[in-house]
Amino acid sequence: MSGLLNSSIGRKFAMALSALFLMIFLLQHFAINILSVFSADAFNEASHFMGTFWAVQYLLQPVLIFGVIFHFVMGFVLEIKNNKSRQIKYAKNNGGANSSWMSRNMIWSGFAILAFIVLHFIDFWIPEINIKYIQGDMSGLHNGEFRYFYELVEKFHSPIRVTAYVVAFVFLALHLLHGFDSAFQSVGANNKYTKALKGFSKVYAIGIPLGFIFIALFHHFTGH
Amino acid sequence: MALDSKIPSGPLADKWTKHKNEINLVNPANKRLIDVIVVGTGLAGGSAAATLAELGYNVKAFCFQDSPRRAHSIAAQGGINAAKNYQGDGDSTYRLFYDTVKGGDYRSREANVYRLAEVSANIIDQCVAQGVPFARDYGGLLDNRSFGGVLVSRTFYAKGQTGQQLLLGAYSAMNRQIGRGKIKMYNRHEMLDVVIVDGKARGIIARNLVTGEIERHSAHAVVLGTGGYGNVFFLSTNAMGSNVTAAWKAHKRGAYFANPCYTQIHPTCIPVSGDHQSKLTLMSESLRNDGRIWVPKNIKDVEAIRAGKLRPTDLAEEDRDYYLERRYPAFGNLVPRDVASRAAKERCDAGYGVNATGEAVYLDFAAAIQRYGKEQAHIKGLNENDAALVKKLGQEVVRTKYGNLFQMYEKIVDQNPYETPMMIYPAVHYTMGGIWVDYNLQTTVPGLYAIGEANFSDHGANRLGASALMQGLADGYFVLPYTIGDYLSDDIRTGPISTDSPEFEEAEKNVRDNINHLVNNNGSKPVDYFHKKLGKIMWNKCGMSRNEKELKEAIEEISSLRKEFWSDVRVPGGADEFNEELAKAGRVADFLELGELFAKDALLREESAGGHFREEYQTEEGEAKRRKEFQFVSAWEYKGEPKDALLHKEDLVYENIEVKERSYK
Amino acid sequence: MNLTLKIWRQKNAKDKGKMVNYQIADVSPDMSFLEMLDVLNNQLIEKGDEPVAFDHDCREGICGMCSLYINGEAHGPDRGITTCQLHMRKFKDGDTIYIEPFRAKAFPVIKDLVVDRSAFDRVQHAGGFVSVNTSGNTQDANAIPINKQDADAAFDAATCIGCGACVATCKNSSAMLFVSAKVSQYALLPQGQVEATDRVLNMVKQMDEEGFGNCTNTGACEVECPKGISLENIARMNREYLKASLKG
Repeated sequence: MSGLLNSSIGRKFAMALSALFLMIFLLQHFAINILSVFSADAFNEASHFMGTFWAVQYLLQPVLIFGVIFHFVMGFVLEIKNNKSRQIKYAKNNGGANSSWMSRNMIWSGFAILAFIVLHFIDFWIPEINIKYIQGDMSGLHNGEFRYFYELVEKFHSPIRVTAYVVAFVFLALHLLHGFDSAFQSVGANNKYTKALKGFSKVYAIGIPLGFIFIALFHHFTGH
Repeated sequence: MALDSKIPSGPLADKWTKHKNEINLVNPANKRLIDVIVVGTGLAGGSAAATLAELGYNVKAFCFQDSPRRAHSIAAQGGINAAKNYQGDGDSTYRLFYDTVKGGDYRSREANVYRLAEVSANIIDQCVAQGVPFARDYGGLLDNRSFGGVLVSRTFYAKGQTGQQLLLGAYSAMNRQIGRGKIKMYNRHEMLDVVIVDGKARGIIARNLVTGEIERHSAHAVVLGTGGYGNVFFLSTNAMGSNVTAAWKAHKRGAYFANPCYTQIHPTCIPVSGDHQSKLTLMSESLRNDGRIWVPKNIKDVEAIRAGKLRPTDLAEEDRDYYLERRYPAFGNLVPRDVASRAAKERCDAGYGVNATGEAVYLDFAAAIQRYGKEQAHIKGLNENDAALVKKLGQEVVRTKYGNLFQMYEKIVDQNPYETPMMIYPAVHYTMGGIWVDYNLQTTVPGLYAIGEANFSDHGANRLGASALMQGLADGYFVLPYTIGDYLSDDIRTGPISTDSPEFEEAEKNVRDNINHLVNNNGSKPVDYFHKKLGKIMWNKCGMSRNEKELKEAIEEISSLRKEFWSDVRVPGGADEFNEELAKAGRVADFLELGELFAKDALLREESAGGHFREEYQTEEGEAKRRKEFQFVSAWEYKGEPKDALLHKEDLVYENIEVKERSYK
Repeated sequence: MNLTLKIWRQKNAKDKGKMVNYQIADVSPDMSFLEMLDVLNNQLIEKGDEPVAFDHDCREGICGMCSLYINGEAHGPDRGITTCQLHMRKFKDGDTIYIEPFRAKAFPVIKDLVVDRSAFDRVQHAGGFVSVNTSGNTQDANAIPINKQDADAAFDAATCIGCGACVATCKNSSAMLFVSAKVSQYALLPQGQVEATDRVLNMVKQMDEEGFGNCTNTGACEVECPKGISLENIARMNREYLKASLKG
């Protein structure tokens, strides 16, 4: 057991586990965000719950942050190692003949997602932390009303930001298109359900980012 | 020197057990003090190396390929025989023995063949224990198929890749010993001489094919599992690197070479497509279980097919000549290889060949596809009269049985054998002849052993299908590791063999001189030129049928080609580097000597037996005619030029089998 | 056909190496790819040049000795075959063909297109076997019935020829397909169970030490594998490895 993380398979397994965790998180994030399209109140309720419930804040949030960092750091470490395992490159390499663009460029879609997360943190997470833990205002209120929906709509006002979000979600879709079933393969799940899983993975990988794009555009065009 | 085959006395069935009980053993502590060199890592060499190491000897194993797993045993397709009688169809050790001796046209050694049949069952047990994935039936038990020349199903198989699976089994056994440090493996090393000290084989000279370094390796005994010499024909189903060099060097150092003219021409190979051809590809004999061989009955249809005006599938049943079924009703398409090959040649010589070169016959699966398709439709309760469905179901069955072979065919010929019959023609495949060995598999040089295809002992003048794998593994796993102990028991106090002796010195110098000559020759023609030319002489004059006149011509032609080779071959590059052309040149040089001895042997053998067919000796129906006065093994002693080789005869005595006219009618 | 060949030439392991252009005329579409190289080599020799070194032996797609990265693909553009089974009918008159060695840190070049794949052997030494005494005296072969499906799956895994195309084609030079084929063969058979834990741990350890990269499930190996070894084997090895890690 001790050597697990030092082995290639162990690392891949860890990558896959963190990926699976992040994909569940993404689903949950999406579920709450989509509420904003239907009902500002429901969205506010859910956001307030997530933002103030202790187990989410003090247990899940650190795990999530660790998961994100771990996934990125391990991804980069593996990429560097993998790069070193072929020192002289091919003069001609026809990668498209045998594998998808997504699978060969996880590092680039990953980079794009990382850049997005930085933006996203600046947009939402840092202000949240500032309000709640530095200013100590745990009420979630602004002028007597829940502030979450208002903040959300406010952010999607800028067409530049919306464009950035849309582009980032396209990369997320590309990342997921390979990442979803790749994670299952890495943990050793390749059996009679694999085909169905692959179908589901396409739905997830395209559906979720598309949903996020829809939310961003919805608020951009309906918000003001 | 009179040949002593050292066959143990007593009844045939007890000889091997009795012999094992009587020979000397080396105790486990002393085995650690003894080194054995094994050259070649195919089924015979690989299994021998693994077992010797298992027993406790220090083994040094050599192969010219980049890994032991590449040895050409890997290409064997159809299967391995064993007298297990799992099918309950009347098989027995005696019947396997009988079929093998008869199949070999009564030119093999009784006691050796019986031992082979006796240990055959154990091979299957051994391989299964190693995790070799043989084909199984739905009950989970091992499946069998039929092969040529027999009336029972005793062939175990793993699709069309049986040799691969068995070799990887032996390779895995080697890996275990390499991991334990009991085998020291020398990949990309070619043996270039055997070193004899005080009359005993005590080591080899090898060239590291990567660096070009000439190395001395000593041991208490040397085992050659270096395969056959079919590549003397240039075009054969052997691998490009398969060669006679190790065996030939041993011959030059005193090992007699037996029956060199016994060559197996396999009936079902993909025909030659042009001058650029570098090798031929076999289509497994197992295909003859289901494929029917034919040519058109009428010459006008032949011409139409050649001109592309008629498709073979359009030819009516009554216009086809299923010549094997016609000539040999009892065995039909499953006659032994030599018989099937000659029959194909007979039809093609008569002008009925179906491709542009006139050297091809059809191997047709349409009937089998129909038969299996109907069977499947019946099992599945579907309409047996739906032609498209039956064809589809039938093709599925054929695909599971022979899929990889069909794919191989399609890639080479660019025709789909599920839809149109395969075209096949005989090609050189295996050599029954080889280094003469006694019952212990020892050559005429003490301490020098030969196993597998490299020796001559078990197949007589013709080998039955699926028996090569059996013999290789029998020799390597179960025979040599015991018999070699008898010899090595004298060596427990010898201590390590020094490589500084004058004998090693002389052998190394000999090797170096040879190499230096080749790289400094500055001739004008590449090695392939000579090899192809030799191959043409061999195929035209020492091939499927031979006669006195042409054999005499062949001897002259090969001799002069050899002279031309030494004066005009061009080997680019140096001696101290990776140099494929140099390695090839050395091999072809030896083929040029062996080829002449081959022709000389064929000339001597004034009879037809198995793969050796002399036009002067045939029955009225064109079948091979054996002669009682040639019931011997011809073992040749090296005396300088091949033409000066000295003949020794080992008479073949049959006490347990009646020598009969070999008939498959 | 007339063709332009761009071939990697490298005198020995220490040489830097470079791509060199060659013209070859009158290539027959019925030639195999290696026969085309034979023709080129004999022309080079007659001109007094050094022939191009490449590995090959059986020339029927089973020994696994031939390699070559042809036009950016391991064993060239066709599927389910090795380079020796590739025929020139797959190319057109006037084509330019890139011919490079299988590249990976674990497969150093020996000369020109010849690489050293002994890393594969060392992985097998670490556990690619069942520890059974080879001198006979085992139980009867039919004493252990094996479910046909398992036997067939084990066979499919065992058909790996160890050519290294999986490594060559993988963007990470990962050897997972090769190693998993052997692990799977034994994992599927009762004979392999006894040593299952040690086998997978040791083989993966050796694989990592040889400098192969990590598998990122691109699936290129499965596509380029001449024997069609399935990615399922990699998943199975992942499972076996995790199981063994938790045990060991």
